[in-house]
Amino acid sequence: METLMSVLIGVLFAIGAYLMLSRNLLKIIMGSSLISHGANLLILTMGGLKKGGAPLLGEGSASYTDPLPQALILTAIVINFALTAFLLVLAYRTYINVGTDDMEQMRSIEDE
Amino acid sequence: MSWLHLLILSPFIYTILIPFLYKSFRRIHTGWFVLPLPLILFACLIKQVKIVAKGSVLSYVARWIPSLGIDFVVYLDGLSLMFGLIITGVGALVVLYSVFYLAKEREALHNFYVYLLLFMGAMLGLVFAENVLVLYLFWELTSISSFLLIAFWYQRKSSCYGAQKAFMITVAGGLAMLAGVLLLANITGTFSIQEMISQFSLIRNNPTFIAAMLLLLLGAFTKSAQFPFHIWLPDAMEAPTPISAYLHSATMVKAGIYLIARFTPIFGGSMLWFWLVTGVGLLTLFWASLVAIRQVDLKAMLAYSTVGQLGLIICLLGIGSAAFYYGTGVTEPLYTTAILAAIFHLVNHSTFKGCLFMVVGIIDHEAGTRDIRRLGGLLNIMPVTFTLAVIGGFAMAGLPPFNGFLSKEMFFTGVLNASQFGIFHLETWGKLIPVVAWIASIFTFVYCLIFVTRPFLGKHHPQKLEKITREAHLGMLISPALLASLVILFFFFPNDLAKYILYPTMAAILPGFTAIDSGLGPIRAWHGWTPELFMTLGVVTAGLVVYFAFRKWPRIIRLPSRFTWNALYDGILEKTEELSGRVTGSYMTGRLRDYLIYIFVGFIILTAGTMVINGSFAFDLTTNSPVLFYEFVLFFVVIGAAVLVLRGRTRLASVVALGVVGYLIAGFYVILRAPDLALTQIVVETVTTVLFLLCLYFLPRWNEEKPEGFRRFDFVIALGVGLTVTSLALAASGNNLFDSISWFYEQAYELAGAKNIVNAILVDFRGFDTMFEILVLCIGGLGVHTLIKLYLEGRKSK
Repeated sequence: METLMSVLIGVLFAIGAYLMLSRNLLKIIMGSSLISHGANLLILTMGGLKKGGAPLLGEGSASYTDPLPQALILTAIVINFALTAFLLVLAYRTYINVGTDDMEQMRSIEDE
Repeated sequence: MSWLHLLILSPFIYTILIPFLYKSFRRIHTGWFVLPLPLILFACLIKQVKIVAKGSVLSYVARWIPSLGIDFVVYLDGLSLMFGLIITGVGALVVLYSVFYLAKEREALHNFYVYLLLFMGAMLGLVFAENVLVLYLFWELTSISSFLLIAFWYQRKSSCYGAQKAFMITVAGGLAMLAGVLLLANITGTFSIQEMISQFSLIRNNPTFIAAMLLLLLGAFTKSAQFPFHIWLPDAMEAPTPISAYLHSATMVKAGIYLIARFTPIFGGSMLWFWLVTGVGLLTLFWASLVAIRQVDLKAMLAYSTVGQLGLIICLLGIGSAAFYYGTGVTEPLYTTAILAAIFHLVNHSTFKGCLFMVVGIIDHEAGTRDIRRLGGLLNIMPVTFTLAVIGGFAMAGLPPFNGFLSKEMFFTGVLNASQFGIFHLETWGKLIPVVAWIASIFTFVYCLIFVTRPFLGKHHPQKLEKITREAHLGMLISPALLASLVILFFFFPNDLAKYILYPTMAAILPGFTAIDSGLGPIRAWHGWTPELFMTLGVVTAGLVVYFAFRKWPRIIRLPSRFTWNALYDGILEKTEELSGRVTGSYMTGRLRDYLIYIFVGFIILTAGTMVINGSFAFDLTTNSPVLFYEFVLFFVVIGAAVLVLRGRTRLASVVALGVVGYLIAGFYVILRAPDLALTQIVVETVTTVLFLLCLYFLPRWNEEKPEGFRRFDFVIALGVGLTVTSLALAASGNNLFDSISWFYEQAYELAGAKNIVNAILVDFRGFDTMFEILVLCIGGLGVHTLIKLYLEGRKSK
């Protein structure tokens, strides 16, 4: 399972990085979104997979999966949500102001 | 905290009040509010004079950073007390003078007095600090306040240039000094100056002795404007004249002298120290007096003369350092006269040079210019100012009955003594010292004469001046008059000054020194037909010859402007700026893509590189947990959806595919025993997808005919990132360097009363983290809100 996840994480990172290097504003945001999915899975994988039951006491499990990575990821998901929302609004404002979503064309526009 | 700490900190505390006082009482000059502070501080310090003169030393400790051995220790001995008196005494006079010099209607007085108080506090801290790091802190603070004060009239380009130059040179020197004192601290294992002094033999035998000495001297020479770092001082004259009188002649530029005096017990006795300090001082004296005589701006002339006089004092300290050749310092007059002369001249210089600067300020204020080619005949208009100029000028020239005469004679004694030491090759080269000193004194005499005669004698040309000249306001004359009376007072009562100020200061520099068995006779104006007297007479005669010859011979020794130190400084500055501009411009392209490439490539190199170095590529796959069939299916669907995000022809397809990836990852969370994550992921993914779709409405369609082609370079980087992360994940799951700490959280029920461990971690164990996470979310929300709202409002107002 760990090997499988490692490959999946790698694919998510690679596609995310490729998208982020694009010229299109929306693709850059999508890329960052994919990379954060990959990062979350990476944290989870590093903590070990399926080592026990879900970290809920009173379910009668003999052992539990490491709860610490899960707590970290929970925070990361929420923060990432804020980041994505902000980026999207930023993209919207940028497009309204400069009239393009192409990073290369944006460069040639002088600062106001 | 002690009264001495409070004394140092009081100017800083007082600065807080200044803006309010300025705003509330616009009709009263802010200077009147500032004036009491230096007066009170001066009175506090005067009270200590008798105690210190008896030989006692005060020291107080305030804990600051005990874990690093940095304590705010203050130390009151003769040396620091003398400086403290000059700082507060001249400070009070300068504040009084500035009240009449700076018009309250036009100038930003609150800024001026805040900077001035900042400087006063920093300078007091500098001289009373016993810890080298505290000393360094205040040292740089004086540079900063000096920068602010020089650039007080920041609308002028020359002010900014002068301020920057002063800052660059003094701060660079300050950093060198920091390195020097750190070396000393490394050798001795303490930051305390007194403890360093007690371990001087340890320092002298250390291989880094010379490096520490050179670095420390670099700090002292830059601060005290010694050759070739003197170039900042003439440009610093762009500051308002009260500041020039205070910082750039009486106090801050003497910080270098203070440093040399303070560290003489450590470095004194070394031949390199002797020749460097003496040589640089003498060279500066010679060079500056030569340059000073061809200045046409009175303030520039005083600036060069200050440089020269500082050189003189430093040269004397260098000669006096030979006393340490025999261990902890001998106290025979042969050696100590030079140190006494240095301190005496330092005090005298503060009086007469302060007076002269204020005279220039008066001329500038009343006549509207400082150019001696336009001035003349002011004697009849400003008789009081002329009298003050004569007192100050002749004191600087070394004539009786002014204090400069005494210290100048003593200076000659000091340099004549140097050739009798019989160490450091002085028997051969020592003869040179009095000769150079004598020639420099001739030029000093000449520029003093020019200063006194050119603006005041000759014919008055009102048409060359912008305003009608009259005698200055009485208030402006008080401060220079007080300094001038000190000039005369010190001439007639030098031994009282010596008893209370000069000898205690010497005792601080020379540990074994006591006034009673020093062997130094009383300071006398008349001491027979001695070589010193003949030297003075020679100076006067030769000076008068040069003065009259010079009038007909105006342009001697003029270096081509390309070869001056200033040109070197400007050149270095220009080249550095150009180079840094080019280097920064080469990678700061303003293109997001480039920055992301730096990040990705940096990530690959650092992560993969570390793994290669540590040999972490040995994967251990045996601990893998088993994979079920539907997990395989999920795996391929996620990869397929991710590829679809990449290959999507339309925006909608990509956004939907991104949503699919998100939901399927929630599925993985379910499989991987993380129910909380799965729930959160589903909620967040839903909102995110809606947001994406909302954005699609506003953003333009993708060009479906001409999609972005395959980018090979980006593909390589992306592949590198993917492979690095995969190997990182594999290495991490195969290696177990530390035991898990999660067993602690499994006691969630006992400790927090919660059955859901993840929730307990978030809201209980790491509650603060969650609170800050919410804060981040709030800030993000505010950002979103602002971006939209500002745009809508902007559109409405249009």
